[in-house]
Amino acid sequence: MNCTECELLLHPLIDGELDAVHARDVEAHVTTCAGCAEKLKTLRAMREAMAGADLKFAAPASLRNRIEAALPSPSAQIIAPRRFSQPSRRTFFGGFAAGAALSGAIAATLVVGVFRSDQSQQVADEVVSAHIRSLQAGHLMDVETSDQHTVKPWFDGRVDVAPPVIDLTAQGFTLLGGRLDYIDGEPVASVIYQRRKHVINLFVAQRLGVKHAGAMAETIQGYNVRHWSEQGLDFWAVSDLAGDELDEFVQKISAAVHPSGPS
Amino acid sequence: MTGDANAEQDKARRFRDAALPHLDDVYALARYLMRGSADAEDAVQECYLRALRHFDSYRGPAMKPWLLAILRNVCNAEFARRGKQEIAADYSEDEPAAEEVPMWQEPQASPEAALLREQDGATIRRLIAELPQPFREAIVLREVNDLSYQQIAEVSGVPVGTVMSRLARARSILRSAWNVAEGAVR
Repeated sequence: MNCTECELLLHPLIDGELDAVHARDVEAHVTTCAGCAEKLKTLRAMREAMAGADLKFAAPASLRNRIEAALPSPSAQIIAPRRFSQPSRRTFFGGFAAGAALSGAIAATLVVGVFRSDQSQQVADEVVSAHIRSLQAGHLMDVETSDQHTVKPWFDGRVDVAPPVIDLTAQGFTLLGGRLDYIDGEPVASVIYQRRKHVINLFVAQRLGVKHAGAMAETIQGYNVRHWSEQGLDFWAVSDLAGDELDEFVQKISAAVHPSGPS
Repeated sequence: MTGDANAEQDKARRFRDAALPHLDDVYALARYLMRGSADAEDAVQECYLRALRHFDSYRGPAMKPWLLAILRNVCNAEFARRGKQEIAADYSEDEPAAEEVPMWQEPQASPEAALLREQDGATIRRLIAELPQPFREAIVLREVNDLSYQQIAEVSGVPVGTVMSRLARARSILRSAWNVAEGAVR
């Protein structure tokens, strides 16, 4: 385990959300890495300070009475809320939509902030982080099937692209399923493949980093990363698979996306 | 008394038993999201009214995250209605005196850990209140409401991976602000 992987997993560790295997890996790394040990100590200190400080708020008795009074009883009718608009089923769902719009706006400002910096490198780092996160137990797939005709429709309405989902089992890459991921706050489709024990995340989005016609190769924290653009989509493949095997994967995907043959 | 009225009262009783024990949790989240006690009370009342209306169709998950998700929607709808971002409020105004510094577990605290230990409850509450929205929501659901990552993901409507990165970001901002706050009192 390297420091980047470790840092990501420190939070689930102190929150008691890490499975035993990963917890052991993190703890083993921390015993040999002073930097990560320091980070872990600081995070634990923060957690304890927050647990010790009284961060809760007790609801005032008047509020409790108001709510009690609003509940149906033999003598009382539902009392209208004091300042909020009269609720209805419609405003309930309207609230959902407004919430989604608001978080969308927040996500958009985040993306602009990030894209002004070193765009490509930032996205590459994010993609690798998303890959590492996905390897955590239970986080790999939202839809688990080797059937491409199940995976592809699953993305409908979840992302604004129809990611190509290609069955490469015959070529030695098994389709595991699909997942909705967020990179820079934007929803991104991830199609998950596997060769032997190596997981490949293929991230597909309309715009994810700088467009590249030919595949760009990079190695980040020991993971091989390939990025290319095709058919108006940005593709990012990340895996701990050997570089030449990942290249082979990219060729197969590219050939299938572009049946007339890649340039 | 009609059968309908009986059913209504029975429902109200079940709702009261299931939902009212979480009132403090719902109120705490409302305080951090709305940043003012009057707005928070209105949001909580609206949340309970909506929850009662939808109680018939409630099949889970656990009651607490269900209520918190409704509260979150109430707050977001209110911000959208006002058409502006939340207004910053002076958080310490109506707060009681800070809690005592917690007892420390680790025998050898690092210098930074020692700084963290000295921050009192009022300061921590203020620093949380200053966090940008998605990070504030994540850290409050985790540290104040004590939800699991999966429950936070359900309340906020995002994948668990996003919850992880929001918590990491929240803690990193808090840590910097913490150090600044510490520097200011020295």
